[in-house]
Amino acid sequence: MTARIGVVTFPGSLDDRDTQRAIRLAGAEPVALWHKDKDLKQVDAVVLPGGFSYGDYLRAGAISRFSPVMGSVIEQAKAGLPVLGICNGFQILTEAHLLPGAMLGNDHLHFICRDQKLRVENAGTAWTGDYTAGQDIHIPLKNMDGRYVADDYTLDKLEAEGRVVFRYVDFNPNGSLRDIAGITNEAGNVVGLMPHPEHAVEPLIGTGRTDGLLFFTSILKKLVGA
Amino acid sequence: MSRTPLDTVEHATATPDVELPWAELGLKKDEYERILEILGRRPTGAELAMYSVMWSEHCSYKSSKVHLRQFGEKAPESDALLVGIGENAGVVDVGQGYAVTFKVESHNHPSYVEPYQGAATGVGGIVRDIIAMGARPVAVVDPLRFGAADHPDTKRVLPGVVAGIGGYGNCLGLPNIGGEVVFDSCYQGNPLVNAGAIGVMRHEDIHLAKASGAGNKVVLYGARTGGDGIGGASILASETFDDAKPSKRPAVQVGDPFQEKLLIECTLEAFQEKLVVGIQDLGAAGLSCATSELASNGSGGMRVTLDDVPLRDSTLSPEEILMSESQERMCAVVEPEKVDRFLEICEKWDVIATVIGEVTDGDRLEIYWHGEKIVDVDPRTVAHEGPVYERPYARPEWQDALQADDANKLPRPETSEELRDQVLRLVASPNQASKKWITSQYDHFVQGNTVLAQPEDSGMIRIDEESGLGVAIATDGNGRYAKLDPYAGAQLALAEAYRNVATTGAKPLAVSDCLNFGSPEDPAVMWQFAEAVRGLADACRQLGTPVTGGNVSLYNQTGEVAIHPTPVVAVLGVIDDVARRTPVAFREEGQLLYLLGDTREEFGGSAWSQVVHDHLGGLPPQVDLERERLLAEILISASRDGMIDSAHDLSDGGLIQAVVESALLGGKGARLIVPDGLDAFTFLFSESAGRAIVAVPRSEEVRFNDMCGARGLPATRIGVVDGGAVELQGEFELSLEELREAHEGTIPALLK
Repeated sequence: MTARIGVVTFPGSLDDRDTQRAIRLAGAEPVALWHKDKDLKQVDAVVLPGGFSYGDYLRAGAISRFSPVMGSVIEQAKAGLPVLGICNGFQILTEAHLLPGAMLGNDHLHFICRDQKLRVENAGTAWTGDYTAGQDIHIPLKNMDGRYVADDYTLDKLEAEGRVVFRYVDFNPNGSLRDIAGITNEAGNVVGLMPHPEHAVEPLIGTGRTDGLLFFTSILKKLVGA
Repeated sequence: MSRTPLDTVEHATATPDVELPWAELGLKKDEYERILEILGRRPTGAELAMYSVMWSEHCSYKSSKVHLRQFGEKAPESDALLVGIGENAGVVDVGQGYAVTFKVESHNHPSYVEPYQGAATGVGGIVRDIIAMGARPVAVVDPLRFGAADHPDTKRVLPGVVAGIGGYGNCLGLPNIGGEVVFDSCYQGNPLVNAGAIGVMRHEDIHLAKASGAGNKVVLYGARTGGDGIGGASILASETFDDAKPSKRPAVQVGDPFQEKLLIECTLEAFQEKLVVGIQDLGAAGLSCATSELASNGSGGMRVTLDDVPLRDSTLSPEEILMSESQERMCAVVEPEKVDRFLEICEKWDVIATVIGEVTDGDRLEIYWHGEKIVDVDPRTVAHEGPVYERPYARPEWQDALQADDANKLPRPETSEELRDQVLRLVASPNQASKKWITSQYDHFVQGNTVLAQPEDSGMIRIDEESGLGVAIATDGNGRYAKLDPYAGAQLALAEAYRNVATTGAKPLAVSDCLNFGSPEDPAVMWQFAEAVRGLADACRQLGTPVTGGNVSLYNQTGEVAIHPTPVVAVLGVIDDVARRTPVAFREEGQLLYLLGDTREEFGGSAWSQVVHDHLGGLPPQVDLERERLLAEILISASRDGMIDSAHDLSDGGLIQAVVESALLGGKGARLIVPDGLDAFTFLFSESAGRAIVAVPRSEEVRFNDMCGARGLPATRIGVVDGGAVELQGEFELSLEELREAHEGTIPALLK
């Protein structure tokens, strides 16, 4: 018995197949979900992958947030379904108000692709149980609109409640406030981050690191209680 | 709104004396007369539009055709070639049932006029060529050339081009894994924006641009047709820039990568369900090209109703619809009973699709507008039987003087301090400096199969997760070498790309090329072109790597001044298991550095002569293709048998450039010793071809030496991976920090 983890494909999703591969490598079963379809196929968790849904011609994630599938995701996330948003998925989660804050264009105005050092600040979410708090990891980052912003009240609240899950270390690649790379909701079942854990799951590929695989083993353990 | 009466075929026949604007559309007088002869009457406006774009230099290869034939005539025997020159892109067998298609194209002129859109649509065009073969695109590469790094216009062109390539390619989800960035004042006003793409498919999925089977439907799908890029091929790509002419911005197309991403997914799904008989992308010359190519590659008959083309601008005339180069459009030929399913798939992906015509059993391409026939031509006369020119060519008078101006006689560094100083200047010079500022704007990771990406010697993509089968691609070209000797320069470009592929452990299989030259109307340029093609064809035959397709870009000149002849060569290779790949970076201290090949005093066209003396003269390095082949075999064997841990090809900048790059990438220094028989200067800066450096674990030294000895490849121990500096014993030491600052600081400082 393994966990079934859904990966949504929006028009313009790019890392959907990569995310399915990462789920498979972690030992879970990936399930393809389609943006026009409300049916979540009874999956145990959902990943919103990276990409440029609808071209990101409006605000990143602003259109996808209204897709039929997101109606179901929002409803079930509020009921505790684990949801991970990666990059564009994170942007969609903030647009959907499942996570606070918003994403602006990188402060240097360029797309940036790099091997990014992160610190795990919270190992207690549904998606980070296999990390240890304070651990430094390297995960590829690639985005145009990755600057996380929120008002001071929200930021203070996130910090106070331990809801900053990842922080950029040594180099802030996009001007995100307080070096925030990823956050979670109050319940800890919804996590969003800009870097791409699905691109750090095989020793030969990309940067050659596998620090990202633990996202997917974490959720698997959480779901099957292994 | 009033319009002039519709210029139907009937009207054209009845009014033979009407003057048509053939010259404004870029046609020459004798070309127009040929059209009259072919049709036996004057063309309609729509026919004239079609002929003018299809007979443009860009589409018809009219000046280059007579030379390009050599790629076929001299093609080596190759079991790997599945589809050769003439289709949208060549296809190569890479084993295990997989086929790989790849091609390099130019988008030079549009990128100068409008850098962002020009470069973006360059990526879009080459990717559609790949899809049209039936393949899923898996990677892109971008060989780029700009004017002097410190020229103000470079600051306009380069950031726009880079953002355009990134903006489009990143949004398509294609990892950018290689390419080049070269600066030279000869490209001022004529930047070279070449774009390459690779696609992967199973053998049985190969598709061709062919409309066969009377009654089959012609489906146009993708973006609506607009007024952008009208006459791009004839007006932009086929003429020299001239200050006196009006701005050409309206002839540049605007790209929508999101639409293209949908087009990729929807096309691949249609392929998967075997719904497509023939397919063609709409690039240069738009519908004129797609309909005439599809028809003439089939039986020849096709009827098209132009009114059914979805428009973005309802005021477009039929001529404009035929000439429009609106992006993100494809044309498929589908059997009638499969049309509904095809349209359903398009709808699933929110892609507009319309049946615009059908294949007929005749041999004419007929196009209707408002129920009247406005085109009635033999499609072959449009697509394939355009004019062919035997342009005069002659070796330029200045060639001898250029070659006599020997770079080997330039003053050399006399002290250790001068040597050290020149090393620093070299690695910090714009051409030799790190291009991270540029490449970090491209996604390397998407699709999760990138094994190697720039600044590695070649980009490498895994194509089978189970077996580890992968492909590698490298693109190279050196306009300075080609200016000194275009025949040798083209061969050196091939040799370098071939070597780069082998350095990473892959076996070179096939070639695509992008030939960038000045005006073919200048006999000196035409001679450069003829020599380069002859050199490349000869070298491809010798190395056993056929040319599978490519692109010619002429008229890269401003006024009388042409760019350096710049043949850019892409070599595709295959590797059985990507786990065996050899990276550039030094990985472990204590490993032994070996120099493979022979080092001669060769400084003609070298980076050293450019950086230190601003000089271009003499002869380029000698070409020895048998040596290249042997070196490649050794590098591949050494990778397969685990004898080397890193390797780097030696090319522009010579040995020191390669050592510095490997050291900085690995964060490990090197101690070097000048080998017997060489002086320090030649050792560091010579650009002799057929060479590489490798790092050999001590446990493998005997085995590696034995292999090189037995095969007759000179292998000289030149030092060891060690410490935090690059040191040349008895001469100088440069810390990695100092080198990094010099090497990585240049480009950001120039472009900030």
